[in-house]
Amino acid sequence: MEEKDLEKELPSLQYSLLVKKIRDKFGESIRETKVFRGEITHVVGKDALIDICRFLKDEADLQFAFLSDVLGVDCRESISCFEVVYHLYSIPHKFRIRLKVRVKENESVPSVTSMWRSADFAERETFDMFGIVFEGHPNLKRIYMPLEWEGYPLRKDYPLVGYKDEYNPFGVEKKL
Amino acid sequence: MDNNGNQEITTKEVTLNMGPQHPSTHGVMHLVLHMQGEKIIRVVPDIGFLHRGMEKIAENLLYPQFVPYTDRLDYLSSMTNNLSYVMAVEKLLGIDIPERGKYVRVIVSELSRISSHLLAVGAWGLDLGAVTLVLYAFREREMIMDLFEMLCGARLTYNYMRIGGVRGDLPPNFKEKCKDFIDIFPKRVDEYEQLLTGNRIWLQRNKNVGVISADDAINLGLTGPSLRGSGVTWDIRKDTPYLVYDRFDFKVPTGENGDCFDRYMCRVEEMRQAARIVAQALEQIPDGPVNADLPEFVPPSRKDITTNMEALIHHFKLISDGFKPPKGEVYSSIEAPKGELGFYIVSDGSERPFRVKIRAPSFVNLQSVDPMARGAYFADVVAVISSLDPVFGEVDK
Amino acid sequence: MGITEGNVLFTTVDNIVSWGRRSALWPMTFGLACCAIEMIAAGCSRYDTDRFGIIFRPSPRQSDVMIIAGTMTKKMAPAIKRLYAQMPEPKWVIAMGGCASAGGPFNTYSVVQGADLVVPVDVYIPGCPPRPEALMYGFLQLQEKIRREMPSVFAKIKA
Ligand code: SF4
Repeated sequence: MEEKDLEKELPSLQYSLLVKKIRDKFGESIRETKVFRGEITHVVGKDALIDICRFLKDEADLQFAFLSDVLGVDCRESISCFEVVYHLYSIPHKFRIRLKVRVKENESVPSVTSMWRSADFAERETFDMFGIVFEGHPNLKRIYMPLEWEGYPLRKDYPLVGYKDEYNPFGVEKKL
Repeated sequence: MDNNGNQEITTKEVTLNMGPQHPSTHGVMHLVLHMQGEKIIRVVPDIGFLHRGMEKIAENLLYPQFVPYTDRLDYLSSMTNNLSYVMAVEKLLGIDIPERGKYVRVIVSELSRISSHLLAVGAWGLDLGAVTLVLYAFREREMIMDLFEMLCGARLTYNYMRIGGVRGDLPPNFKEKCKDFIDIFPKRVDEYEQLLTGNRIWLQRNKNVGVISADDAINLGLTGPSLRGSGVTWDIRKDTPYLVYDRFDFKVPTGENGDCFDRYMCRVEEMRQAARIVAQALEQIPDGPVNADLPEFVPPSRKDITTNMEALIHHFKLISDGFKPPKGEVYSSIEAPKGELGFYIVSDGSERPFRVKIRAPSFVNLQSVDPMARGAYFADVVAVISSLDPVFGEVDK
Repeated sequence: MGITEGNVLFTTVDNIVSWGRRSALWPMTFGLACCAIEMIAAGCSRYDTDRFGIIFRPSPRQSDVMIIAGTMTKKMAPAIKRLYAQMPEPKWVIAMGGCASAGGPFNTYSVVQGADLVVPVDVYIPGCPPRPEALMYGFLQLQEKIRREMPSVFAKIKA
């Protein structure tokens, strides 16, 4: 979105702190900024992710100490990559912000577990469901599915009913 | 060697499996406990025994069709799950609902909170050997279930909230019955407190067990009563009020030490506050419609369907084709009994969501079992799990 | 079975054995999902299944009935098989709710489409979740089934 559109959509405090300040500081690393229904989304470069997160967490007038969620979205059909989305909340200032990283298949994302321990399960879940690898995660294993499970269920090309086996006679026949 | 001259005995580290079938894991969880004698060194939770693929299902359904599935997430308080989902969809559509609808939503979600905490505290007592409490707690829970049954005919899976309102107005007599319940309920809470709060065994099993500091709790992503037990005053109902929560006078109870006992006290106090909110809401509730007047999203009323041909056709179209929200993404969260329950919906402009992500409080809270139980005794693990109150429909989705 | 005035009992061994079995059905405390809450409600104050001699036991070694209360996933199925094997004979299984009967609302990649694919089921209770009354009716049906069982005939056939 254009700079002046952003300014119009948001309250001035939020605009100056959550958009302008971050964009000034990180410049090119913020690829894109969107506002929809009052929610701010920054699409950030993969390499700057850790720096941006640290900045958001430590800066006194931001204080995003609470990582609410990490998740993946399979956008391979439209933009041929996965999106990893981070939802942050600042308890003292009551701000919410969303960060997005785009990764190609077989690429990895730096893990944020060193900053927020709450990312532990969430990143494992994203790995389990999409096969996105988080570099530096202490224990990146499947969390929901059995360890020997094949495939990543939430990818768009995985069938909803799964593949046929002894427990699911209605499943899709596996193509060999 | 300690003061009495006893030698500290060290043994080999043992690994103990707890679950997936264990009466006090509150469902199907598997904990791998690494222990040195009776002391816990490390706890590794293993979950996923109830993973049902909710998010995948959502991608394959129309927006309104997913509401009944949300019932089966945190099945102890289905109303708040419904609420969180429909609020996210409403935010995506950019619509608002009438005043009365908002009040009805507040009333049912607070009743839901009470019933969830009742089971949490009751099951906690059961796990630590205070068996009577659960029987008393269920007595009150059944009263709430009766109220919900009046409302929508189901005891557990309500499917009451609709996009743009609720399924129907409050039935006649509901207000009186609800008032009766709210009148007696605080006394019943006193009864529970008599049984537990001053009880020496209860205190010994819970005080200074599973301590977690405020900073750690935030870092671990704890929300709800489990976070407030550590002294952080964060309640979404107060901080970023949704519906009409800013019109009620209620307190957000917090603890000091962040131990199991504080989390227990927060839950007990929250039940009282929830009852207060319901009482105020019943007082203030205005007359008027409960559903938004938006034919594109809200089906016509039952009465119209049975008497009016156009309404019937419209209903059929809406149910079978759904509606197309604008392209975009929203995240909306509410204060569920267990913590922050949020739905993140990505819409690609079609009638089915492109991606639905459920931010389930129990799932995130469960990560704290390890830091809380470290260094404690084996029996304390049970207290720690109960104090986090995980529900596995929600943990595993 | 009849009681005469002089306190003499006339019955068959089969009858008295099945009477004993059906009057003290001890289910295992073991819930999987939402249906488990209704199972707990059935055991608690209002519905109180204790009056039928149905007392929940926490260990498979002490129980006769396994209530599969909830969604069975592929990850859980081996554990359930094992629990079933750990129960002493004679044993029965009740599939409570749509999920345990046939996968219920979840026809997905991770859910077992019916508990009967894993363990033999005696009674199916429909509902999502079934009300506690329905669970009690299920128990009564199971008692009826046990009443008709002829342990001695079974033993002969087995031999
Ligand atoms: S049958 Fe319904 S209530 Fe029972 S476990 Fe399945 S989804 Fe839950």
